[in-house]
Amino acid sequence: MADSNGAKPTGQALAERVQGSQAWGSIFRPGSIFRKGYSDSPRNRSYVIMNSVLYHLHPVKVKRHAVKVSYTLCLGGLSFFLFILLTVTGIFLMFFYRPTAAQAWDDILTLHTAVGFGLLVRNMHRWAAHLMVLSVFLHMARVFYHGAYKPPREFNWVIGVMLLQFTLLLSFTGYLLPWDQLALWAVTVGTNMMGFTPVFGSQVRFVLLGGVEIGTDTLLRWYVLHVLMLPFVTVIFMAIHFWRVRKDGGISGPL
Amino acid sequence: MTEIPEHLRKRAEEARQKAAGSAAADTPAAPEPSPGDATEGKIPVHLLDRSKAAADQPAAGADPVPTGSGAPAPGSGPDGHNQRLLTVVKSGSIQDTKSVPQDKVHVWPHLLVAEFLAALAVTLFTLLFSIFVNAPLLDLANFNQTPNPSKAPWYFLGLQEMLTMFHPMVAGVTIPGIGLILLIMAPYIDKNPSKAPEDRKFAISLMTVHLMFWAVLVMIGSFFRGPGFNFIFPWNSGLFFEL
Repeated sequence: MADSNGAKPTGQALAERVQGSQAWGSIFRPGSIFRKGYSDSPRNRSYVIMNSVLYHLHPVKVKRHAVKVSYTLCLGGLSFFLFILLTVTGIFLMFFYRPTAAQAWDDILTLHTAVGFGLLVRNMHRWAAHLMVLSVFLHMARVFYHGAYKPPREFNWVIGVMLLQFTLLLSFTGYLLPWDQLALWAVTVGTNMMGFTPVFGSQVRFVLLGGVEIGTDTLLRWYVLHVLMLPFVTVIFMAIHFWRVRKDGGISGPL
Repeated sequence: MTEIPEHLRKRAEEARQKAAGSAAADTPAAPEPSPGDATEGKIPVHLLDRSKAAADQPAAGADPVPTGSGAPAPGSGPDGHNQRLLTVVKSGSIQDTKSVPQDKVHVWPHLLVAEFLAALAVTLFTLLFSIFVNAPLLDLANFNQTPNPSKAPWYFLGLQEMLTMFHPMVAGVTIPGIGLILLIMAPYIDKNPSKAPEDRKFAISLMTVHLMFWAVLVMIGSFFRGPGFNFIFPWNSGLFFEL
């Protein structure tokens, strides 16, 4: 859309003004593709990573073998992505949920019937949670069968097994929150089992339940574990996990 | 490995021979190699002398030693050079250079595109599944009404299944505890350095047996246990399973 007097098209002129502004320059680092545009070249391919926050997660280059989907099946990355998806949907759910025995179940019912997309988001949270347990588990099996836990990656395997446990705990603590018959009795079975810990059995059970019986205190306790403490710990372990992947020379080599 | 250039090597050799010869002949360059000097280690005597002369210089003060003008300083090296090649440090010994370049690709676009598509696919799957299948919400929790059967979440149903066989302390704590510890210790127990499947038959079999054992227990607990946690066939008695 050129002007009648032959000046630059207004769109292009505007784009140049925006990209030359101080605000734009302060947001995007020198060399960023958003400053000077992207054309496909090895240099620009490097800049995409180097000048974005992704540089915390990915190096500029990886082994050609490392991008083969048939090797990793994307399982580790998908576990991480499901964690993000669960965080996003979980934050949405937190707006409509109060962790007390008197209100929890009603809040879920209200979420189903009176909140826009409430049922859908809750469904997504539930199914993504089951999917994450599955994908973390399969990721562990994949890593084992590739022998990827061998030196120098021994410690990252240890971190990974911890992450598997955190995933199970996250799922299990979330199980109680709807406060329906399924939640109550599944958690009863689970905590009864933990009550058989040798020596400290009854103490373990007391700490887990916040009392001798499952009740509103248990709900609050598991809610805090579910939405704050376990995600916090999991994020720290994930950071170490991803950092070690890079420090140990990227993902393990071909068989 | 970097080769030492021929002329440098020759020069170093000559210098070494000359130094050895001069030391043996007790030349003026090294006037008094007293036995005490031997303790100074490998510093050539003429260098020691030179540094001594330099240290004396400020003391001489008004009578500075003439410098430059072609005349070699007292105690300079062979041929009047005041520097000489002591050794050539090959780059390989201080720089760990990778001799074999690795075949690498750019993360953008090769890895990021794959990750993005995978994320998109799983989001789409979750979304579609959530549109058509609702998460369960049973009746309000009721302490006076125990559902029959009461089941743990599916990933713990293997444990619950073992409860039918062992004492709860064994099934609920000991076995999973030992299992977890062994799993964590796996890299330290498995000393076999090879990653090739044909070298790891034992490790792979052991893992597969345990994974299958676990999977079968979870399946039985999920689908083949009915009221009273009795064994049933789901095609006869129906499903007693909630996700």
